[in-house]
Amino acid sequence: MAETIKKILNMLNPFGECKKYRISLWQCPPFLFVLMGLIIIGVIIATYFIATLRIDDPKIVTLIVLAMAAILIVIDYIITRSFERISEASRMKTEFIDIISHQLRSPLVNLKYSLEVLISKKHGKISKKELEYFKILDENIKIMGNLINNLLLISRIESGKLPFKKQEFSLSELTKEIILKFKPFSEASNVKIKLKAKKNLPKVFADPFWLRQIIKNLLDNAIRYIKQKGEVEVKISSKPKKLYFKISDTGVGIPKSEQKYIFQKFFRSKNILKYQTRGSGLGLYISKSILELMGGKIWFESKERKGTTFYFMLPIKK
Amino acid sequence: MKTILFIEDESVLQKTFRDVLEKEGYKIITALDGEIGLRLVKEKKPNLVLLDLVLPKMDGFEVLKELKENKETKDIPVIILTNLEKSEDVDKALELGATTYLVKANYELKEVVEKVKKTLRE
Repeated sequence: MAETIKKILNMLNPFGECKKYRISLWQCPPFLFVLMGLIIIGVIIATYFIATLRIDDPKIVTLIVLAMAAILIVIDYIITRSFERISEASRMKTEFIDIISHQLRSPLVNLKYSLEVLISKKHGKISKKELEYFKILDENIKIMGNLINNLLLISRIESGKLPFKKQEFSLSELTKEIILKFKPFSEASNVKIKLKAKKNLPKVFADPFWLRQIIKNLLDNAIRYIKQKGEVEVKISSKPKKLYFKISDTGVGIPKSEQKYIFQKFFRSKNILKYQTRGSGLGLYISKSILELMGGKIWFESKERKGTTFYFMLPIKK
Repeated sequence: MKTILFIEDESVLQKTFRDVLEKEGYKIITALDGEIGLRLVKEKKPNLVLLDLVLPKMDGFEVLKELKENKETKDIPVIILTNLEKSEDVDKALELGATTYLVKANYELKEVVEKVKKTLRE
């Protein structure tokens, strides 16, 4: 009995229900429902008073009030129903991605390990040609693995289950380290990387693991989207309470008409697709989501055929 | 010859690991579900257990728990090899007494083999 009462009370508490949907109060059906209820009562009372002032026949007043109430209830029902559908669809999509990614992983692990046995040559010789093809398989398995990892990451971000371990650390040290690791790739692409960071910059307060992924993603994009040779410049600076990271490239740039979509999931710019078919269009979406979760911001400037500059800002202290 | 018990419901993975670990000079026994796995630990007393967590009949956590509660089997090192990667799963398995926790997607085969060898040396 007590359980049932508790359940009913829980259902009547819009704030608790809204937490479950993980959306803001203004998009949350149970809250909107209560709000609309209050509006209906208010409008009915107002209608009654206005009607009694203007109309003498109480029957007509009653009719007007009833008609008003009916119209409002129908509108209310339509609005809340559609909101409910939207949030249900969004929840299902997140769950769907989660399930698919997990189910895809098992066979992919099988492929990965089996191929490793073949490439190891421990079970007989393989020809040069065979090795070439094995390498193609290996590379593609890795691409698919990364894609699944990113999908899982997105589903975790969107369901609010991404774990954070914030701490203080030096952003320039981290950046230096990442640039060093990118050296073989940047040299192979004929791209020079410059790092400009003042000494004694304050430490940033964030999760170093995720920040590393974000910087790697930005650096990878910057190098990848330079045709032939070019330059990437990274600059780190500070203002009171905030650290700024700036990365400019001399790459192909983002066409003006497509700039507003750049942080959207799965979006890939047309001028890039012409000669860079690889890439999932998830990196910037993930970077933006994670930066915002850490209390930061990301933005960019770009001119087609001139280059792109990405900026992000992070707080220094909690 | 040292014996490794591999409890894993994916038969392809069983085959791969059997091939690789036999080449390294170990004897491999396998179980396709948690129940058989736990029975084999008690019967065969392997030197090491490679354990998946998502298993039919009895999941890996239960196998690990029972194995560590039993006096005769509690000292056998257990390496978790799974696709579960949530931090609460990692913590739970390590708390129950697993030696190492490896997420399949993040490790290459030879790295897993290295961990097995290292654990058996210790």
